[in-house]
Amino acid sequence: MTMTPALVVARQVVREAARRRLLLALILLTIVVIALTVWGVSRIDDLRNAGQPLPEAQKKTIVSQLLILVMFMFSWVLSLAAVFIAAPAISGELESGIALALLARPMSRAEYVVGKWLGLVTLVVVYGVTAAIIELVAVQVVSGYLPPHPVEFLGFLLSEGVVILTFALMLSTRLAGMVGGVIAAILFGIAWMGGIVGGVGAAFNNATITHVGTATKLILPTDGLWRGAVWSLEPSLVIAAQSGLGPAVVRSREV
Amino acid sequence: MAATSPPIQLEHVTKRYGNVVALNDLNLSVQEGVFGFLGPNGAGKTTAVKILLGLTRATSGSGSLAGGAFGSKGSLGHIGYLPELFRYQSWLTAREVLALHCELARIDPAKWSTEIDRTLAIVGLADRGTSRVGTFSKGMQQRLGLGVALLDDPAVVLLDEPTSALDPVGRHDVREIIRALRERGTVVFLNSHLLSEVEQVCDGVAIVDRGKVIAQGKLDELLGTSSVRVRASGLSREGRTAIARFGELDDGADGAITIRGIDRERIPDLVSAIVGAGARVYAVEPQHETLEERFLRLLGQ
Ligand SMILES: Nc1ncnc2c1ncn2[C@@H]1O[C@H](COP(=O)(O)OP(=O)(O)O)[C@@H](O)[C@H]1O
Ligand SMILES: [Mg+2]
Repeated sequence: MTMTPALVVARQVVREAARRRLLLALILLTIVVIALTVWGVSRIDDLRNAGQPLPEAQKKTIVSQLLILVMFMFSWVLSLAAVFIAAPAISGELESGIALALLARPMSRAEYVVGKWLGLVTLVVVYGVTAAIIELVAVQVVSGYLPPHPVEFLGFLLSEGVVILTFALMLSTRLAGMVGGVIAAILFGIAWMGGIVGGVGAAFNNATITHVGTATKLILPTDGLWRGAVWSLEPSLVIAAQSGLGPAVVRSREV
Repeated sequence: MAATSPPIQLEHVTKRYGNVVALNDLNLSVQEGVFGFLGPNGAGKTTAVKILLGLTRATSGSGSLAGGAFGSKGSLGHIGYLPELFRYQSWLTAREVLALHCELARIDPAKWSTEIDRTLAIVGLADRGTSRVGTFSKGMQQRLGLGVALLDDPAVVLLDEPTSALDPVGRHDVREIIRALRERGTVVFLNSHLLSEVEQVCDGVAIVDRGKVIAQGKLDELLGTSSVRVRASGLSREGRTAIARFGELDDGADGAITIRGIDRERIPDLVSAIVGAGARVYAVEPQHETLEERFLRLLGQ
């Protein structure tokens, strides 16, 4: 059975990542992060308040917020890694001439681009799912805490990676890798800040500021997806506590 | 497309990049053999090949390649292409690059191994098949690129400056490969700015300059107007003026005069003009004008 050209291209993307030790670098870095989280979570048991161990509910809150912090960093790593792999994925091959030889085979440009996309999505999904599951399981084993919606969390996290990857890959068909990468990374940052700005606007009932936040969300929905991820990690008792304090968004941004 | 359309055809093809006119109403038709597309840097050679392959779109004009529209799957299924900018995946081995192209070319997987062995042997990389391309010199990558273009014995092979990175041995090898392709009946389209390369292997040539074909034909026909070396004594100033009507004069170091661009049929007239001017003729040697001379003369016009 022969593969369609798009699948052939997709497989090459994964192969390149493996051969160029990109996957290895990501795996090693992830192991370090997970080890640090596990160490941090295990230290919570040692925390004392006036000589007394913390109550279980408080411990749980601390673990949950620590997990959100780590996952927030992880979502940034995943998104920015996706940007820097996707941004030169096509432009680099056009510049080097690799794409000329490939596109002179019976394969349409669309198949080539879709193949690149499929390969990159595979990388993001496989790495994202593996690393996030290991992290969640490790924290659960050490502290007994599991966030309320782990599956939804994975969905939001991966969607965020796939959205920014798709955006960077689209830029890659037109712009040099460095240019596309910088644009995608900056827009990602702007969308994130827009999320905070919008949250501040809502908290202070300021329509203009809220609209600025909404506008950036429309440019790149990554921040909305991250908020979904936070929602799925936040234990219900924290959400309940926060509802009196203002939007959960602002709160979760501060962690 | 009818089977009667020539393997390579460009009709009134124009390509503009902004203000730059890369191809200016180009017409070209190649039926068979090895065709040399010759021109100085920036003449539009690479652009023409990219248009044939559908890698870039013509601003206007039409044509076909291997019986199919530019860039169509039907057309691309029968061609081999060595790009001018040849780089292959540095993280793959030579065999893996060839296997990738076998797969994209939809060659029967059962044949890949023998096909890869065959092409590696042709391009002289048989002992480097399992080396990473990243470890290859430019010349070796160009050989690999040639191997990629030869996979599955395509009907039409397009080579864009195939010897740019090669040493004299490599150039010789490429000439032999091209001659072997001609023997098999493959149509070869050879882009080059190297006259010697084209001169030695091509049946037909087109000389392109600033996006236009300025001369085209069989090599022999193109070189039809040639030059003649005359050794004579006692040639007066008036005699020189008289023979200058026949062509461009060039005094050799040995006292002989070369008259360039003269039609062969006019050589007897030339000799009688020299004799008529009172000079004594010792030798008349018709010269085969080299493509280079012809080329420079055409570009000068
Ligand atoms: N992608 C491009 N963008 C702008 N100009 C180009 C591009 N490709 C080629 N050109 C211009 O088109 C002309 C022909 O280029 P090319 O076909 O590469 O010439 P050749 O292969 O004969 O050296 C040149 O003037 C070149 O600068
Ligand atoms: Mg060129």
